[in-house]
Amino acid sequence: MNTSKNKLAVAALAAGTVIDHIPSKALFRAVHILGIENMDNAVTIGNNLQSTDLGAKGIIKVEGVEFDRETLNRIAIVAPSATVNIIRDYAVADKHPVELPSTLIGTVRCPNPKCITNNEPMKTRFDVTEPETPQLCCHYCHTFVSGDKAEII
Amino acid sequence: MKTQSLVAIDDLSRQQILDLLERARYFEENPNSKLLDGRVVATLFFEPSTRTRLSFETAVNRLGGRVIGFSDAATSSTSKGETLKDTIKMVSNYADLIVMRHFLEGAARYATEVTDTPIVNAGDGANQHPSQTMLDLYSILKTQGTLENLTITMVGDLKYGRTVHSLLQALRFFNPTFNFVSCSELRMPEQYRQLCDELGIKYTEHTEFSPEVINESDIIYMTRVQRERFSDIMEYERVKDLYSLRADMLVDAKPTVRILHPLPRVNEINIDVDDTPQAYYFEQARNGVFARQAIITNALGIDPLKA
Repeated sequence: MNTSKNKLAVAALAAGTVIDHIPSKALFRAVHILGIENMDNAVTIGNNLQSTDLGAKGIIKVEGVEFDRETLNRIAIVAPSATVNIIRDYAVADKHPVELPSTLIGTVRCPNPKCITNNEPMKTRFDVTEPETPQLCCHYCHTFVSGDKAEII
Repeated sequence: MKTQSLVAIDDLSRQQILDLLERARYFEENPNSKLLDGRVVATLFFEPSTRTRLSFETAVNRLGGRVIGFSDAATSSTSKGETLKDTIKMVSNYADLIVMRHFLEGAARYATEVTDTPIVNAGDGANQHPSQTMLDLYSILKTQGTLENLTITMVGDLKYGRTVHSLLQALRFFNPTFNFVSCSELRMPEQYRQLCDELGIKYTEHTEFSPEVINESDIIYMTRVQRERFSDIMEYERVKDLYSLRADMLVDAKPTVRILHPLPRVNEINIDVDDTPQAYYFEQARNGVFARQAIITNALGIDPLKA
């Protein structure tokens, strides 16, 4: 154990999930989507790390958890560039980008107070009109909302 | 027999629009029939709209159907806290078709998801009002003989006016040229300008309601500029009369141009226009009954030409 503790804590993950290439501005929203605030697992969050592609990036490492695809893909709403690494036995067992589904059900709150979804006990539904930005459109009231401004439920 | 809800104008294909207009023409020639004999249509007006409700109820009555419903949410169970879902499911047990108007946006779309009874949207907040668009299209077709290649000038509140947005969407199939005339605060929203760009639809934006714009128009679609739309009251006072039409502005207009307005109008069309041959807004309202007869029979899967 001569290696610096700091480096060990960030780098070595026996098993779990690493989400990388999160734009710095989106990091804490990604944390919220994963529900990390309420977890007992060991979590490492890094932000404003240097990235050739993004300028500054964030990274999230969660020990001992493999999030399901649906949860991970919700990160694409705020960070379409993020990548997911599943770690097993200190090695990357699976690596894939987050993928935004074409429809988001019960994930994003409609910003329009006069939308039916904000007034009835029902799930929201957004169609993804532009996956890159991403741009979302309420299926019910047609209000547009961009991913970086979307309120995640 | 296939029933079909009508929630939004952009759910309709070009052919479906043309079929509905053909039906409207049939009903103008044959307004009274027994096509809806034994049918019950519910008109659920969660917000009052006398004109639209009477037009729909006239359409049902002329088709020989019966009407149930309410004209104000205050007289329905909504005032007791009932959800829209429950109201729709309950009424579905009684009626063959539900015509609904609601103050919340997306209400009609949601209603189609909780019942198999066909739903006709008679307006959901600032969102959609497809029967208004169908009567606008029918009025354009009737007065111009075609929907193709027309120059359509939209005037007034282009930002919040759902009628102009829906009309724009419906006309996208017919190679229109648009003039958008408004103050900068009420200009056509980006999403609709973008739609025109994507589809190669020609449009020009104007802040002045000029003779050049008027004289090249086939249709002038006027809308009301409402004080409550302005964040700055001084701006409202400045622009409120800039987008009003008077008879003397039409002297060099095409003789075939027609003035449309979804009504009610306030001062955006001077009453001296009423006596010009170009005024069409009152006939436009009359066309609403035929357009709604077309929509109702289509929603119930009844073909008047085969009945």
